[in-house]
Amino acid sequence: MGTQVGTQTIKFDNMPKIVSHAAIVGPKEGEGPLASYFDQILEDVLWGEDSWEKAESKILKEAVLMSIKKASLNLSDIRYIFSGDLLSQLIGTSFALRPLGVPFFGVYGACSTMGESLILAAMTVEAGFADYCLATTSSHFCGAEKQFRFPLEYGSQRPPTSTWTVTGSGAVIVSKIGTGPKITYAIPGKIVDLGAMDPMDMGAVMAPAAADTIVSFFKDTGKQPSDLDLIATGDLGKYGSKLLIELVKKEGYDLTSNYIDCGMEIFDSESQNTLAGGSGCGCSAVTLAGYILEKMEDKEINKLLFVPTGAMLSTVSSNEGESIPGIAHGVVLEN
Amino acid sequence: MEYFKAFITGGIICTIAQVLMDRTKLLPARIVVLYVVLGTLLTGLGLYQYVESFGGAGATVPIIGFGFALGEGVMKEVDKEGLIGAFTGGLKATSAGITAAILFGYLAAIIFDSKPKK
Amino acid sequence: MKSSGSEKKKEYDKMVQNTSPKPKLLINCVKAFVVGGAICVLGQIIINVLKYWDFNKDDAAMITSMFLIFLGSLFTGLDLYDSLGEFAGAGSIIPITGFANSIVASAIEFKKEGYVLGVGAKMFTIAGPVIVYGTISSVVVGIIYFFFGG
Repeated sequence: MGTQVGTQTIKFDNMPKIVSHAAIVGPKEGEGPLASYFDQILEDVLWGEDSWEKAESKILKEAVLMSIKKASLNLSDIRYIFSGDLLSQLIGTSFALRPLGVPFFGVYGACSTMGESLILAAMTVEAGFADYCLATTSSHFCGAEKQFRFPLEYGSQRPPTSTWTVTGSGAVIVSKIGTGPKITYAIPGKIVDLGAMDPMDMGAVMAPAAADTIVSFFKDTGKQPSDLDLIATGDLGKYGSKLLIELVKKEGYDLTSNYIDCGMEIFDSESQNTLAGGSGCGCSAVTLAGYILEKMEDKEINKLLFVPTGAMLSTVSSNEGESIPGIAHGVVLEN
Repeated sequence: MEYFKAFITGGIICTIAQVLMDRTKLLPARIVVLYVVLGTLLTGLGLYQYVESFGGAGATVPIIGFGFALGEGVMKEVDKEGLIGAFTGGLKATSAGITAAILFGYLAAIIFDSKPKK
Repeated sequence: MKSSGSEKKKEYDKMVQNTSPKPKLLINCVKAFVVGGAICVLGQIIINVLKYWDFNKDDAAMITSMFLIFLGSLFTGLDLYDSLGEFAGAGSIIPITGFANSIVASAIEFKKEGYVLGVGAKMFTIAGPVIVYGTISSVVVGIIYFFFGG
């Protein structure tokens, strides 16, 4: 059984393993720098469906099935699925899982959902309640625009701090046995709000939450950034990452040598016109399930702190004049 | 000259809106509302008429000109019909525009689909 | 020493101001000026053609706005107005064509939710406030004009 470390960190003694991972992305992500790491690149964001929401569900469902197939498992081997998305009431996820018949926990962590579902899957496996759990999430550029911003054909201008929601889904299978990167620590995040108001500058909203989670991990465990090969945040983007590095530095830790942000890796912001970078639940999910886990299997990365970040706003809260709280969940993976 | 004046007037009106957008975090929807209200009130005060006579379409094509049409319309109707004109004049003067927007919006929805951004 | 909540927020706000870039005002303004001005010139051309065909001033203005609304709708449907907006900002939002764009974009986006509750109900999600506040201010102007003007 796991142990409690410090104020909020969990140490997994049995160390659940990630035995399979799959990532499906949209066409724009497929033109980005990580293209070769994804299992499938769609030619069309609708993928034969007639709405963005249905397309997102299909992407998530197919990513789930693909991760099961890659592990040579059957659907019935998966005891629980932990998943969520950005659409209201999690319709992306629940409609995706409707035909599968697997017990399901819907989780909402905005763009940090991959971290939340991964932690819950790992805790469930560690505690012996399941042999295999599946953690996944998805996002869809068009569905997110429609829900959070403007209709797609509306002629608005994006400020340089705005991000581009990733179309895609990443799924990983967490198992008691088997081979694969081990989940050694989890750092469930707090809601952190330093008063940022601008929904077009999500990096600034989420950086304090990411800093809080990362610093808590170092304080709880006594580890240093240099104990890790890589620290990867979810979707802080160009400017949010700078803020994170500065915030963490104030607490006495230096991230400058081994830190990346999934949002900055997935697109080439210059040529792909994505401004501050990629975002959305899918951003950290496909970067983990595609790129990072592949690098871990190749032993190029052996110790990873993965910190997906989320902005907990809704159109209602923004209209009501609330500032935007952020959250970040940390997971440590080791070979 | 007429075209030049229209260009300058329309250009300035849009540029002011751009400054508001980029420097005040005011959402476009709020700026558009601000412009319409401003246009109506300035017309009520008899001021926007000067902008219109100088700029022509440069003053009437921007959404602030929609306010101008509302203001002119309501005052004309008050002259003709008395107090009831205050309730009918604005929409009467702009009815063609609103009807066109609804009709074309509906037709577009039948014909076209929303397409993803590149 | 930990600073208090509001101080911490102020400090962070300063950090964000220093890190997050502002939109490029000058270039955005030039683009807005040129595109906004050009749409107005197009309007002037239409007015002049209509006047040449013996329409009176009011009718010419009315038909011009209808025609511009048609063009705004068409270019929105053809998936072109969003790119124009990305380039021109206020230059394509402020002209009446932008009003049409906000209506058509909403109408086609919500078509999947049906013609009554989707298209019908959501057509004015962005443009609705313009009509609400425009109408109210016209009534205010009308009443004041009735009692104090003329």
